[in-house]
Amino acid sequence: MLCQECNKRPATLHFTKIVNGEKTEFHICESCAREKGEMIPGTAGGFSIHNLLSGLLDFEPSGKNGSAGAPPAQSLRCEECGMTYSQFSKIGRFGCSSCYKYFDSRLDPLFKRVHGSTSHVGKVPARAGGRIKVKRQITDLKRDLQESITQEEFEKAAQIRDQIRELEKEIAEE
Amino acid sequence: MPNLRFTEKALSDWMRSDAADSEIVISSRVRIARNLQHYPFPMLASNEQSEEVLNKLSEVLQYDDVHAFGDFHTLDLIDIDDLDKRVLVEKHLISPSLVNESRNGAVILSEDESVSIMINEEDHLRIQCLYPGFQVKEAWEKASAIDDAFEAHVDYAFDDRRGYLTSCPTNVGTGVRASVMMHLPALVMTQQIGRILTAVSQVGLTVRGIYGEGSEAMGNLFQISNQITLGQTEQEVIDNLHSVVLQMIGHERTARERLITDSRLRITDRVMRSYGILSHAAIVDSKEAAQRLSDVRLGVDLGLLDGLSITVMNELNVMTQPGFLQKTFGEDMRTDERDIYRAQLIRDTINAANQS
Repeated sequence: MLCQECNKRPATLHFTKIVNGEKTEFHICESCAREKGEMIPGTAGGFSIHNLLSGLLDFEPSGKNGSAGAPPAQSLRCEECGMTYSQFSKIGRFGCSSCYKYFDSRLDPLFKRVHGSTSHVGKVPARAGGRIKVKRQITDLKRDLQESITQEEFEKAAQIRDQIRELEKEIAEE
Repeated sequence: MPNLRFTEKALSDWMRSDAADSEIVISSRVRIARNLQHYPFPMLASNEQSEEVLNKLSEVLQYDDVHAFGDFHTLDLIDIDDLDKRVLVEKHLISPSLVNESRNGAVILSEDESVSIMINEEDHLRIQCLYPGFQVKEAWEKASAIDDAFEAHVDYAFDDRRGYLTSCPTNVGTGVRASVMMHLPALVMTQQIGRILTAVSQVGLTVRGIYGEGSEAMGNLFQISNQITLGQTEQEVIDNLHSVVLQMIGHERTARERLITDSRLRITDRVMRSYGILSHAAIVDSKEAAQRLSDVRLGVDLGLLDGLSITVMNELNVMTQPGFLQKTFGEDMRTDERDIYRAQLIRDTINAANQS
């Protein structure tokens, strides 16, 4: 499909705008989208990743399949930097690292949409992350334990169990 | 004026080397985003807070383990004039948002310009390694090692579940964006590019123009990078990008071979016409320059042109940008004047390369 603005480039952005029940569809290319920033709902000055994001953030999960029990978005506020959830959803950026904590109840659907996942599995800071590393080690060992039990390697299982206890003690002492 | 060597020449030292697959992959880049604990992100930080962040992070450079990565030069953005900033952007050493939105922004550059560490950009710290050719794994290893060295001296904002906490939700988790810049003229000419780019986007990668988000793909240059930073390990991200780019190199090579076997005369004509224009024209706008330089670069790769090297082509790509032209010929230049100087610069460079 060609861009409806320039009729030259392929349309890569597709929008449906509903105003007073009247539905309008847009099929435009990124270049025209940038020029005509105003025609995209929710973008004032231009087109950017943050505008797109804020579209995602405004999204209110419906009662049934949404995040049931989550506090209403309007009442969320980061007590560290003062940013409210509604500001965050407009700007598309966090104000400080504590925002992650205060907005936590609303973040899973966002991360799921952007990354297809909600938790980190990569690198961990060596110094501050000692505890996290141990936790991950425990998770891995528990899996090994299960496996050796299934394989009926009980001697190995006992060794792994002791290792897990040792690590759990290490965490508890901190 | 501090350290103007970084803006006086178009080529970073690293561009002069003959790197792996450099006829198709121009450069490989890895960027790691990090923030310090207990400070608001740069957007909300007060002047004092961002100054503290700058001081804290600059101090880290004095430690031997960081110094081991080479001699670094710190440039405070406030000391650099607008034109030099623009040139640094054109050389991909700093990002446009460090120039436009930063308070107490600074960049720390390694002697060979392969490492650039931005402070108070969108995040407190952005470690970037930029290597020639297809070296995305090497760039990751270096960036990660520098990250470790910083981490030994400062506390990063990190969360068990969400990983490294960043200003933008699109960077959270690993904070790693790996990208390669590819020259894919044969895939464009044979109209396979659309299909391939669609496939690329289905495996969690994204394609952008050469100056990042929102910029157009000019001169058949495409920047391929990972989109996902949460739920994949850094190694998975790098390996995924590596294998996809490897396949794209294969497709581009096949397309080039096919072009040269099936339509040698037409491709030679196209390359020579562009070469003729670049070596004789009096006015060349930036769009035409990008397209003609792409043709000539292809001609160099295919062995249709003697005298020019990939290094010269890399140099021309940077030199023909507006900031660099103004740096070379004088600041107050209208767009139409720029087109005249651009043409002159290209002519001179090609002639000089042919005589050497």
